[in-house]
Amino acid sequence: MVSGGRRRSRLRTAGFYALAALFMLPTVFVFYWMITLSLKPQVEATAYPPSFFLFSVTLKGYREVFTKYPFLLYTWNSLVIAAGCTALGLAVGLPAAYSVARWRQQRLALTVLVARIIPGISYLIPWYIFFRHLRLIDTHAALILTHLIVGLPIIIWVMIGFFEDVPPDLEDAALIDGCSYFGVFWRVALPLVRPGVVATAILSFVFSWNNFLFSVILAGRQTRTLPIAVFNMISYEEINWGTLAAAATMITLPVLVLALIVQRHIVTGLTFGAVKQ
Amino acid sequence: MTSPTETASGARAVTPAVGRARASGRLGNWGHRNARFLFPAPAVLLVAAIIVYPIVYTVWMSLQDWFASSLTGPKFIGAANYQKILFGDPRFREAVVRTLYFTVVVIAGETVLGVAMALLFNREFWGRGLLRTLAILPMVATPVAIGLVFVMMYHPTLGVANYLVSLTGLAPFKWTYSSSTALYAIAVVDIWQWTPLIMLIALAGLASLPQEPYEAAHIDGATSLQAFWHITLPLLRPAIVVAILFRAIDAIKTFDIIFIMTQGGPANSTETINILLFNQAFSYFNMGYASSMAVALFAVVMGASLILIKLRRTAAW
Repeated sequence: MVSGGRRRSRLRTAGFYALAALFMLPTVFVFYWMITLSLKPQVEATAYPPSFFLFSVTLKGYREVFTKYPFLLYTWNSLVIAAGCTALGLAVGLPAAYSVARWRQQRLALTVLVARIIPGISYLIPWYIFFRHLRLIDTHAALILTHLIVGLPIIIWVMIGFFEDVPPDLEDAALIDGCSYFGVFWRVALPLVRPGVVATAILSFVFSWNNFLFSVILAGRQTRTLPIAVFNMISYEEINWGTLAAAATMITLPVLVLALIVQRHIVTGLTFGAVKQ
Repeated sequence: MTSPTETASGARAVTPAVGRARASGRLGNWGHRNARFLFPAPAVLLVAAIIVYPIVYTVWMSLQDWFASSLTGPKFIGAANYQKILFGDPRFREAVVRTLYFTVVVIAGETVLGVAMALLFNREFWGRGLLRTLAILPMVATPVAIGLVFVMMYHPTLGVANYLVSLTGLAPFKWTYSSSTALYAIAVVDIWQWTPLIMLIALAGLASLPQEPYEAAHIDGATSLQAFWHITLPLLRPAIVVAILFRAIDAIKTFDIIFIMTQGGPANSTETINILLFNQAFSYFNMGYASSMAVALFAVVMGASLILIKLRRTAAW
């Protein structure tokens, strides 16, 4: 027979899990709804009352995304821009982060932080004017450069934390052995922070991939990225929800998978190292 | 974050005698001596080109009268644009009030929910890892995808939102389709997306709380509610403040979700500074006027951030 105390503790546990489920239900439901809508045939996607669990599965929505739109071109654009932005961001951001960590260049770090704080739209007017002038609108280069606004500060700030964790003794030993600072950075510090580099690369990639504001103005017909393409689909497809949900699922699923790989660093990245987990 | 206590030259100094050993030509030597300037140089140049220069240009442009569609160049008009946004443009004033109201609403919702969830989940339980994983998802999901799903869920007659509302016996809402509810409907999306961030920050704060005050309070016979009110909340305050300010900075700037779901409508009811500015710049090409709004928005966000930076320095982590 279960004693009163144990019954009460079991009730408390059950209550806790019920409450936990209630809190997390909205998070799960939105993604669940997106994915199930993408698999439903049109009649069932817009059926009222909606069916939550039992529905017939079709891949028509996914097929339509590829047959009605140059979705592969958009995917390619998003990939090139996110990868280019990340590569360039790492190339200039890693030495800068190392420098801030090693020589305590707080002012540089703060400047980069300010760049993150300034509303993105304040850059957009001059960029638009310059890039139009230089005929760079609708090029990957313009988008890669502008996406750096999002990527570079994250790379620098997250990597400062990683470089600070490199034991100074190791670096000093290499210096005494005749290594140059560049050698210390390249052969000692960088290999030690490789997990951090992977994490920040993914973060930068994800934020570039998700970017909407810069691409909506600076991308043209040839360089349209996935978010812009999907945004435009909203007005074409109206209530063709299966296709819309399929597009939404396809652009966000890769990001979710990538984010899961670096989930420990997401909050650090979003709060610029203020919160470490 | 590190404290800026050590000076640039004093940090981790190496004996100068060592420098000679690596001499690989004069250039190499020079490079080594100036490494602290060379390492950040590319980033500094890039930041100057894509951040500093545009900002200076925006400030300059805010003093001009210029439409990007016109054939003539910008005309200097001094502070006339600022005069107009401050005194002559009720639409801008409404946008400012709306932006701040939206920010207050989402931050209140996110903080109350996020801290409540953190307090609930601050214990060992089966599924803790899964919970953290799930919490990450809304924050990183592509905003367009989120906006799109909510557009479909908010559909007044076919959407699942009204079906769920009808289950509770309430009358259906028009969500983003009515000017009286649209801003709240968007606030719900923001709260859905960012409450987990506040929860995770608060959880990190809770994990670093010392145990001694609780033991002392327990010995003194304090109830758990008293302990929460007099120990947990004050100790957690720095973490909550930082979380709020991070969110405030981004909430003031909210663009994607609003633009995707309503583009400022219906009847301007969701037109924040960002959206108004975007339309001024890229629908009407009124670049001078839009630039002055950009500077104003920048001032609002910067004010909030300076508080953040100040508070962050004093926060005990």
